[in-house]
Amino acid sequence: MPLLEIDKDKCIGCGGCIDACPFGALSLVDNMVVVNDKCTGCGACLLACPMHALNLPAERPQATAENLAAYSGVWVWVEQFNGRTGGISVEMLGQGRKLADQRKVALTACVLGHNAEHITKAAISFGADRVFWVDDPSLAVYSTAPYASTLINLVREYKPEIFLLGASSRGRDLAGSVASVIYTGLTADCTGLEIDQELGLLLQTRPAFGGNIMATIICPNHRPQMATVRYRVFEMPIADSRRQGHVIAIKTAMSVEQITTHVVDFILEKDEVNLADAHVIVSGGRGVGGPSGFETIRKLAELLGGAVGSSRSAVDAGWISYAHQVGQTGRTVRPDLYIACGISGQIQHLAGMKTSKVIVAINKNPDAPIFNIANYGIVGDLFQVVPALTEQFKKKLHK
Amino acid sequence: MNIIVCIKQVPDTTDVKINPETNTLIREGISSIINPFDMYAIEEALRLKEKFGGKVTVISLGPPQSINALKEAVGMGANEAIQLSDRAFSGSDSWATAYTLALAIKKLGEFNIILCGKQAIDGDTGQVGPGIASQLCITQLTYVFKIIKLEPEVGMITVERLLEEGREIVEAKLPALLTVVKDINQPRSATLFHIRRASKLLIPIWTAADLPGADPSKLGLKGSPTQVIKIFSPPKREGVLDLIKADGVDKSAAILADKIIAEKVL
Repeated sequence: MPLLEIDKDKCIGCGGCIDACPFGALSLVDNMVVVNDKCTGCGACLLACPMHALNLPAERPQATAENLAAYSGVWVWVEQFNGRTGGISVEMLGQGRKLADQRKVALTACVLGHNAEHITKAAISFGADRVFWVDDPSLAVYSTAPYASTLINLVREYKPEIFLLGASSRGRDLAGSVASVIYTGLTADCTGLEIDQELGLLLQTRPAFGGNIMATIICPNHRPQMATVRYRVFEMPIADSRRQGHVIAIKTAMSVEQITTHVVDFILEKDEVNLADAHVIVSGGRGVGGPSGFETIRKLAELLGGAVGSSRSAVDAGWISYAHQVGQTGRTVRPDLYIACGISGQIQHLAGMKTSKVIVAINKNPDAPIFNIANYGIVGDLFQVVPALTEQFKKKLHK
Repeated sequence: MNIIVCIKQVPDTTDVKINPETNTLIREGISSIINPFDMYAIEEALRLKEKFGGKVTVISLGPPQSINALKEAVGMGANEAIQLSDRAFSGSDSWATAYTLALAIKKLGEFNIILCGKQAIDGDTGQVGPGIASQLCITQLTYVFKIIKLEPEVGMITVERLLEEGREIVEAKLPALLTVVKDINQPRSATLFHIRRASKLLIPIWTAADLPGADPSKLGLKGSPTQVIKIFSPPKREGVLDLIKADGVDKSAAILADKIIAEKVL
């Protein structure tokens, strides 16, 4: 039974709510809105109704103002791998700084690791006022439980109002665990973060349904307001080595015996596979024709310092490994330049790359849907066009 | 071995089309499917059962029609299914969903492994899996693309996880919750034998009253910390296609290279 209540005396049958519903739960019957079982009670329709005819009955518990006032400051989790900070953490420090300035509060970076003190300095240079530095051998390699328990303790003690993590594999793993234990709201994969000046709340905007709709989400009564943030959405701040901040050493919350997981090995992929951080991605699809066809793609990617992507069909055919797959069942990417070679552009593939800054399509078929979202295109055989393009770049970029 | 699989029924987005005039989704006649990532979770559970014995229980939280997703999973070979459906669950965000599923799993009793898809293709959050693991205080292994070793009698599992920089091999204690990625297997089709079983199987529907220890203030809309305040269509891509047609491939490629360089994205 759907949760939504419709006041039949107020409904004028304008249908405004039908477009607002992301689940297709509303329809018009005899000029009156009716709701079906697809309704999840998300509330997206309430604001769309000019007559205030829609209502969700459940009263949400209201947190007391005093409770929320105890929470202050913006936090960023700075991810590290082998002592190196990911680009996404730096982007978040930049955006975190802006949010902290708008709220007139401090920006805190949480750095967990071992023998990685240089990251605390980097975090300050990118905008942090304060760094919690948790140095322990058990934190050298990321693992959910010791990382989550340490952050949970920090949140409980120091009470931030906003806590941002990167939407990397580790960030999503960690954020889901922390938010669940703290009992607070977590918005995944945000592509927009703003402060509502009136309410002082974090407005978190994220794509859903493979990027076909956007939703703005708030967390009014729980703290911290947690969000994971997509790669390459926010500007990379410029490091300022003169910035001052203080580093506070914190002890880890878990002893080694309590940790139930143990990383035994790590198989590093070549840089060409790290799609999330790549500025340039050259992708191949069905048109590549086989594993050897990807050599052509690889050459161009290498020349441009980019990663190699692929469509689902090339992965399913076994021509290239799944780690390269872009799209709904692969990775979502947002490079500055995406060159799609022999990719027709099915909706699932587009969902994973359509927010790239510049999209170039090379395809034999002039009617391929990829051309609908591309900025530049060449209709032709990729085995002629891609090598020619590689040669031209070699010349023009003096490589 | 007791294996639990959490699944979600989602709209089949291959059907989703955009109305070019209003730039909104056309949703009429969209069919519902099992979330594709959950199909890999079901398949992996069935393979573990075939290797180690035991049973596979699928659970799903959703509206009444989500029973079809559970029937489909039984049609693939799952032994039992539980549907969580109640008005009190409506409007659950990822926190409340994880809380409710965790309560149901507690009620099911002892288990070795919980499998989930890495995320659902409608919400795309990937948070319910970690949420359940935290609520149950068990080991959490996300983005698994291979189970290398499983020793139920000693309670250990070794998996390979897919991360941005490469593949991580982790040894962990059971019970554990795994979220799986696409590459882990190729899901089987339903068989006539199991479909017949599914059509006869009475799938219990659990409501809030069936979940011991459920705090009503933490269920559904009421228990969800996040609120959707606006839904809108994403901005359309700016500009139109600049299709390059010159005499010969080299000339076209030269023009394209110049234009890309002029975009200052290299």
